[in-house]
Amino acid sequence: MKSLEELKAIRDKMKNQVGIRSEEENTTRVVVGMATCGIAAGARPVLTAFSDLVQEKGLNNVTVTQTGCIGLCMYEPIVEVYEPGKEKVTYVKMTAEKAAEVVNLHLAGGTVVSKYTIEK
Amino acid sequence: MTELSLNILDIAENSVKAGAPLTEITVKAETAQNLLEIIIKDNGCGMTKEQVDKVIDPFYTTRTTRKVGLGIPFFKESAEAAGGSFFIDSEVGVGTTVKASYELDNIDRMPMGDLTATIHTLVTMHEDMDFLFTYKVNENEFVLDTRELREILGDISFKEYEVSQYIKDYLKENITSVTGEIII
Repeated sequence: MKSLEELKAIRDKMKNQVGIRSEEENTTRVVVGMATCGIAAGARPVLTAFSDLVQEKGLNNVTVTQTGCIGLCMYEPIVEVYEPGKEKVTYVKMTAEKAAEVVNLHLAGGTVVSKYTIEK
Repeated sequence: MTELSLNILDIAENSVKAGAPLTEITVKAETAQNLLEIIIKDNGCGMTKEQVDKVIDPFYTTRTTRKVGLGIPFFKESAEAAGGSFFIDSEVGVGTTVKASYELDNIDRMPMGDLTATIHTLVTMHEDMDFLFTYKVNENEFVLDTRELREILGDISFKEYEVSQYIKDYLKENITSVTGEIII
């Protein structure tokens, strides 16, 4: 069983590492809608998938955050991607599986996965 | 909502929006009394008497992006459909308490679902707020207090990969252990 002692060990290990967070202006923001509409439509596993995969792949220039309802409840779960200097990309009716594709192709690869964006 | 843990996430997000420095989430099951209780108590901005009366109305919301507010009605319905009851109390400047109770073995009681994912999401996505999570099944109890984690971690973020994974595993192992053979 995990104990808080283990967390202390993680802390001691991390204290010796120098953070390599990128500058604010180079950061891509992934924003998941987490109001009642989003949560009921399945946003929780989508948010978890983005957080986990971004961390696993070491995408230090990407932050994953959440927001409320943007008024398009029928398209939830909605994920918005804000890349510096580019237009916002809105993914709709997301799932954890689609999130993995977006992480690989868009966040890591730089290509918008247009089959999941709102225009389609 | 398809599982109670999603209602918990949704209602706790209200506490976050109310700017609560501390949100206490308690999930308690007692087989002898055939009772499941979920309590979400915060010290956020609170609501006026009029607002409290209105929040159980699905056509009331403070949002401007849509005209319905289903969070509280969903939670209330989940309890009342399962032989339980619902209670909400709030005071401006003091905070809000929401409590739902269920008959544990009621056929219409939704399953708890992924409680780990709910608490993990709340804790890692709102680092500027504290959460006290208490999970009790009969005489077994597990408590996660983010103030305690913060004291250990100092300025290391909950979002750091290893920390986040640790919190997830810590929750999962303890919740599984406390649950035992009981169906929650």
